[in-house]
Amino acid sequence: MAMWNRERETMSRAALEALQLDLLRQQVANVYEKVPFYRQALRERGIRPEEIRSLDDLRRLPFTRKSDFRDNYPFGLLAVPRRELARIHASSGTTGKPTVVAYTKKDLDTWREVCARNLVAAGVSAEDTVQIAMGYGLFTGGLGWHYASEHIGATVVPMSSGNTKRQIMLIQDFETTVFCCTPSYAIYVAEQADEMGVDLRQTALRVGIHGAEPWSEQMRQEIAQRLGIDPIDTYGLSEVMGPGVSGECTQHCGLHINEDHFLVEIVDPGTGEPLPPGQCGELVITTLTKEALPVIRYRTGDITRLDFTPCACGRTLARMEKVSGRTDDMLIVRGVNVFPSQIEAVLLQVEGVQPHYLIIVDRERGAMDDLEIWVEVSEEVFSDDIGRLKALQRQAEYEMREMLGIQARVKLVEPHRIERSMGKAQRVIDRREVYKA
Amino acid sequence: MRMTQVSTFLENRPGRLLHLMNLLAEAKVNIIAHNIVDASDFGIVHMLVDQPQRALEVIRGAGMTASSTEVLQVTVPDEPGAFVERVLKPLAKAGVNIEYSYAYSSTCAGEARIVLKVNDLVAGERALQG
Repeated sequence: MAMWNRERETMSRAALEALQLDLLRQQVANVYEKVPFYRQALRERGIRPEEIRSLDDLRRLPFTRKSDFRDNYPFGLLAVPRRELARIHASSGTTGKPTVVAYTKKDLDTWREVCARNLVAAGVSAEDTVQIAMGYGLFTGGLGWHYASEHIGATVVPMSSGNTKRQIMLIQDFETTVFCCTPSYAIYVAEQADEMGVDLRQTALRVGIHGAEPWSEQMRQEIAQRLGIDPIDTYGLSEVMGPGVSGECTQHCGLHINEDHFLVEIVDPGTGEPLPPGQCGELVITTLTKEALPVIRYRTGDITRLDFTPCACGRTLARMEKVSGRTDDMLIVRGVNVFPSQIEAVLLQVEGVQPHYLIIVDRERGAMDDLEIWVEVSEEVFSDDIGRLKALQRQAEYEMREMLGIQARVKLVEPHRIERSMGKAQRVIDRREVYKA
Repeated sequence: MRMTQVSTFLENRPGRLLHLMNLLAEAKVNIIAHNIVDASDFGIVHMLVDQPQRALEVIRGAGMTASSTEVLQVTVPDEPGAFVERVLKPLAKAGVNIEYSYAYSSTCAGEARIVLKVNDLVAGERALQG
């Protein structure tokens, strides 16, 4: 079976753990010296970096949370001077400000390396033409896969997201073999192809590199069938790196974690206590090699379990199960992270009063995720002039697009339309059932 | 003449108008005139009623959104050109804009009644009196 970095991907557990411990100790010493946030957090726990003597000591280290990125916005968590940054990406934060992530030149090399491993594990090679339909720009998906595809010698078609008819035309004309996109977009492309009378199964397409949003086993089967490809699941998050944290091999039995760069744990989401191997809990990641923005014990909010047994493909890297849920109320809509608190902040700004709202996410067969936001019309915002209410609706939709980068339909509803249980309103209805197999 | 109009927000789905009107009927509030403007998924019901305060209490008491607005009510002869000459020309001349309007039948034969929501109540009133 082809591997990009056979030495690292087939290391014995003992050798891997020795390497991890060595890197962990360096990383902890590094952040203690260079990042005031970590120095303070370690001091508060009375830990000195040299006290980290085994991988088991990892549990003594403090967690990093998404809110820490916001509190240290934009560059407070950097471990290198600004001039050493080669690139900056960002994702949405829980409130107004984005989550900023930065890379040194070496970080970009590492990123390219880990994504290259995922591509090769997925069966992609220098013979392939990879059409990247993930967003280019601040989103890590597009550029992450772009450079890795070039790195393994494949031919890259940097389409970015959207422009579906053109995507389909180029798949045919350029004989694209690998299509990289969110799972929901793959289904959407299949739907559009049907409308155009194009049978994607008759094209050269053979592999799908998917990720950036949760998807079900049923969606995988549908993508496989309608596009005539092998859909591969990949996992990553910008706070840690972007894509490249883990990815499936063609055996489809879990996502191989690039453990020589990312040290993973599973913790109880409630207590934060590490759970025994094989148990289901929250994935926590410590970056072992990142220079610009190292993170110690980052709480991903993603629920999964780990399998340390070697895979039939020959890789010894631990495998994580397809993510089965979230510990918080984060939604991933068309690949964009959305927190209800962000939507609430936009509505508050537009209406000037605390809104009663309900977020409904749906994914109709063959369509993209659909986001509808119900907002109750209170007397503070009500006007007998319909033009004013329509303007309010339009402005809320505009601000969602501008501030959160999401396309949402705002629907005005009567007071008390949104059910309240125990006095607290339900904020989200997710009808996509993406976490179900 | 100034009148108090009651406005309510309704979702555009079957039974909502019935619900509103039922509330008013049970409270013995008489509706003199009404009109509905809609924006596909929601609408606003404007009403002239015999007891505006009572109507507001009843609607709010049922947990719905309501507001009261001062509107102008004019009576014109029920004949061609009356609306133009008696209402529209004076308002246009005074620079008063009509936001919305609806008409209803008068109890006196030969008369028509028109409700006007204008951007400037005082100027509108003055223009129509003149």
